[in-house]
Amino acid sequence: MDADLLEAGEDTIELKGSSIIAAIKASGVEFILSVPDIVTSGGLLRPISRDPAFKLIRVCKEDECIGIASGLSYCDKRALTLIQYTGFLDSINAIRGVAVEYRQPICMMIGLLGHDPSTAPRNSPRYGVRIIEPILDAMGIPHHLINEDADVAKIRPAIEDAYAASHPVALLIGRRPSAS
Amino acid sequence: MMKRDECFRALARHVTDEVVVATYSSAVDWLALGERALNYFSVGAMGVDSSHALGLALGRPDKRIICLQGDGSLLMNLGCLVTIAAAAPKNLVHMVVQNGTYEANGSHPIPNTKVEFAAMARAAGYAHVHEFSELANFEQQAAHVLKQDGPVFATLHVERSKPLTYDYANLYDPARRVALKAALRAS
Repeated sequence: MDADLLEAGEDTIELKGSSIIAAIKASGVEFILSVPDIVTSGGLLRPISRDPAFKLIRVCKEDECIGIASGLSYCDKRALTLIQYTGFLDSINAIRGVAVEYRQPICMMIGLLGHDPSTAPRNSPRYGVRIIEPILDAMGIPHHLINEDADVAKIRPAIEDAYAASHPVALLIGRRPSAS
Repeated sequence: MMKRDECFRALARHVTDEVVVATYSSAVDWLALGERALNYFSVGAMGVDSSHALGLALGRPDKRIICLQGDGSLLMNLGCLVTIAAAAPKNLVHMVVQNGTYEANGSHPIPNTKVEFAAMARAAGYAHVHEFSELANFEQQAAHVLKQDGPVFATLHVERSKPLTYDYANLYDPARRVALKAALRAS
């Protein structure tokens, strides 16, 4: 069994990775751009890497995703950037210039490493998690918390709106998606 | 040692419907050769020009994509060499203009003016790697380089240019982005 999958009984509320992947597919996303994130590694990245419906582009540093997604959007191809919140923080300047100032449809799915899903991210005792939503707010980037299966319904409208209106969006993954 | 504007003049003789990604001094010198809708200047952050080029190459495998990147920019995104080599787009030509200088930021030297980008690209796994220091050689090889199955990497060793005027409002005009998208859809 893959080491990054949930153990039985580790989380009482399920967030199905397969549901998230179905929503990503339904949004017309063809390219996944990623540096592995432990939150989404087992439930999302690994199944995506095995899914012929996606073209997975593994990058060295998260800000590459921002440029690649922009280039793809000029070709009318949709991409999802799948990264950890630390990578989001590392990419702020590229997000500032490409996504916000040039109004590019950069869709980011961001794992909140170390986040306790029973609290709101902006109340997290973890500094890095606590500052994510305020930073997104300050940058004017719409964001949605995907914490349980009912939240998965937010994904497709968020991505569709990002491409229709040409602006970035962040989908924050609050708990480890299961591999089912 | 070559001059950047002379290199670009030689290159332009062979460019027809390729998308050309260029930033800072490279963008100024490339634009001086003439307006074209398939220019991509709005890179947004230093260093990610090569990543934009990769996205274009992946999105339009039927079109050649040429990236004219400065050495200072590539230093900010060295990992892109590995990413690009791994993605292996056949239609990407990645040229780095090496003059050892952050020209747009006050002409300060880069940390190591003798850094060997071609060696890095070769080690990363680019399909073809070239280095040019003589204009006559580059003029002779340019057409061949542009046609090779990529990703292709080429270092252009150039001297520092005379001070340029950076009209960023023009380079980054939103109308250019609109025109580029329309031109890509039409081509």
